[in-house]
Amino acid sequence: MPSAKAIALSASGVSKQFGSVVALDGVTLAIPASACVALVGESGSGKTTLLRCFNRLVEPDAGVVCVGDEDVRAVDAVQLRRAIGYVPQDGGLLPHWTVQRNVELVLRLNDVPDIAARAQHSLELVGLDPATFGNRWPRELSGGQRQRVAIARALAAEPGVLLLDEPFGALDAITRSDLQDAFAAIRERLRVTSVLVTHDLHEAARLATHIAVLRRGKIEQCGTAAVLVAEPATEYVRALLRRARLTELETAM
Amino acid sequence: MRTLIAVLVAAQVAAAQTTPRPVVVASKPFGESFLLAEMFAQLLEARGLTVDRRPGLGATEIAFQALRTNAIDVYPEYTGTGLLAILGEPPLPTAAAVYDRVSREFAAKFGVHWLPPLGFENTYAIAVRRATADSLHLATLSDIARAGPRLRAGLTPDFIGRADGLPGLQHAYNLRFRDVRALGPAVKYQALAAGQVDVIDGYSTDGLIARYDLVVLTDDRHFFPPYEAAAIVSPRLFAESPRAVAALGELSGRLNEREMRMLNMRVEVDGTPVGIVARDALTSLGLLGERVTATNVSRDSSRSIVAYFAEQRATIVRLTGRHLALVGASLLFAIMIALPLGLVLERVARPAEGVIRAVGVLQTLPGIALLAFMIPLLGIGVVPAIVALVLYSLYPIVRNTFTGVRDADTAAVSAAHALGMTDAQILREVRLPLAAPVIMAGIRTAAVINVGTATLAAFIGAGGLGEPIVAGLALSDTRMILSGAIPAALLAIVVDASLGLVERWVRPGHLR
Repeated sequence: MPSAKAIALSASGVSKQFGSVVALDGVTLAIPASACVALVGESGSGKTTLLRCFNRLVEPDAGVVCVGDEDVRAVDAVQLRRAIGYVPQDGGLLPHWTVQRNVELVLRLNDVPDIAARAQHSLELVGLDPATFGNRWPRELSGGQRQRVAIARALAAEPGVLLLDEPFGALDAITRSDLQDAFAAIRERLRVTSVLVTHDLHEAARLATHIAVLRRGKIEQCGTAAVLVAEPATEYVRALLRRARLTELETAM
Repeated sequence: MRTLIAVLVAAQVAAAQTTPRPVVVASKPFGESFLLAEMFAQLLEARGLTVDRRPGLGATEIAFQALRTNAIDVYPEYTGTGLLAILGEPPLPTAAAVYDRVSREFAAKFGVHWLPPLGFENTYAIAVRRATADSLHLATLSDIARAGPRLRAGLTPDFIGRADGLPGLQHAYNLRFRDVRALGPAVKYQALAAGQVDVIDGYSTDGLIARYDLVVLTDDRHFFPPYEAAAIVSPRLFAESPRAVAALGELSGRLNEREMRMLNMRVEVDGTPVGIVARDALTSLGLLGERVTATNVSRDSSRSIVAYFAEQRATIVRLTGRHLALVGASLLFAIMIALPLGLVLERVARPAEGVIRAVGVLQTLPGIALLAFMIPLLGIGVVPAIVALVLYSLYPIVRNTFTGVRDADTAAVSAAHALGMTDAQILREVRLPLAAPVIMAGIRTAAVINVGTATLAAFIGAGGLGEPIVAGLALSDTRMILSGAIPAALLAIVVDASLGLVERWVRPGHLR
């Protein structure tokens, strides 16, 4: 697979309210091309809402979200989503389609040539043998295999951006670790700009180039794991790191 | 729905304009009504008119609605029924007064005309064995009031309860029986003949009165309202075909109660086909030109039901075909309406429950009431039958489509959305395929209900397997009933099994 043309992302002054609940409160964040930013925070901190602004699953009440140089509001939402990879927590595989057909989804939507071959290639990328797994139904797979297929599906059309919403959250520890390794390897090869929502600081430190800590719809601090550990910007960040027992050793990896 | 009805009405109007219409002769679903209607039909044919027979229409309400709106042209009715049931007025003392009242009111209110009465009444009758009548010198109800304390009565539960039944009778004649037992209509004649009771209620022209040679006691205080039989004629026929009206008028005053009992006995007790009994009756009245020797083809009850079915094979096949056509057409229309409706409702969400419940209410309407309601709109025959069946089929399909699509794997649907499928693509490629088994279950439910409900179509002259069921019930012919009921039951099984195959075919791959 040729390396994807990585794209920078940005949010500036983005706010979003659901009824009376403030999900995002003037968030500003710049993500350089090929970076992997982890959005961490407690439930309700706004991390998933922010993620979903980038492919217009959420439309902000205020502020500007850009993918590349373009304000996302200027791009047709459906076209935008077809250009951005997306991995939900539960995989979201279509149960009535085979693994192969699932991975072909975005390729077919984009109507590109060599759909079958590209889908097979994408399966190989996530460590699944197309001959063995291509004709299986999603329900015949383990949880880890399903997430691998979801990642293969998100990457098959070689998007410039990959959004992952707690992709490994529902897996057991060993499988999670395997998938994290696999993802890190894929990132190493593709350099696709990635946004990863997680509540696991260790996962963030392991996979992301930058970590953004969200709290009540605001970014408390954004920086590399090393910077966060060395100079926590707020008491909240300090407490969060202490609770997670994130060590300097880990951040150096 | 409104446009569908409009299209169907337009089709019917167009059909009506292209062919000159025969005289549509109908009856209500009981033996005497079948017989009188057949006599009307044969008489009209003998006078050179073309006839379309629609026997066994639902009940008074349906037959009268059909007549009033010219969907049928003539059927036999009773003056008392016209006064009490249709006009909703209190009874009048004499037969002449009742006839005057209904003929004047019907002409003024509905444009419907009562021809002069046929000559007999079919009213409530209190009957005793001839031996009892002789030994106790019973001829009138006043006589029985005198002998009452010695007699045991066997009366239908309905008659015991109604104000114009036993309570009123006791009051009018100061009547007391030794014992009153509730007996079903099917057994009361046998109970009387066997001496288990001494007095029963019935209808004055019941064939069984003749069969058991019973004595009907005269209602000398005119307690029972008069129920004179007469032909009633649609506004259209009355205005457009004096020839037909004159032909029907030839029967006025020509029948009496004793003759009617004999004729009813041949139909209901002996099982002679209605056509033969009608022809014999008209011949003996001198109303048919050619002399026909009376044949008495009685029901051969020793013959097996299998032999009967073999003999009726062609009819059963034809009726099954019609039944299947009614079910198929109505199911198709119902799917065309209910499937999109379910999908739209799933989108708009808020009013969905209310609309689906309203559709569900349709399900609770009694079939006969719905049919009666539609006659002024759509007349009788196949069209209103299909519309009624469509209305009955909507609910399970709408409900299952709505629920199936709403609950289709939500994680898969939101992932499909997030990866850039349009709403239309999600509906077509994800939600509908995932909901297919649930939707098919709704369609199967509708289809099986439909096969049963379609037997009601016979009540509005749409044919199908309800026809032998209605006629068989009217003529107390069990084999005729079964010749409709058994194929209908088999049809339900076959329809469900075939749709089961369709379901397997639409089932999404991972569930096969």
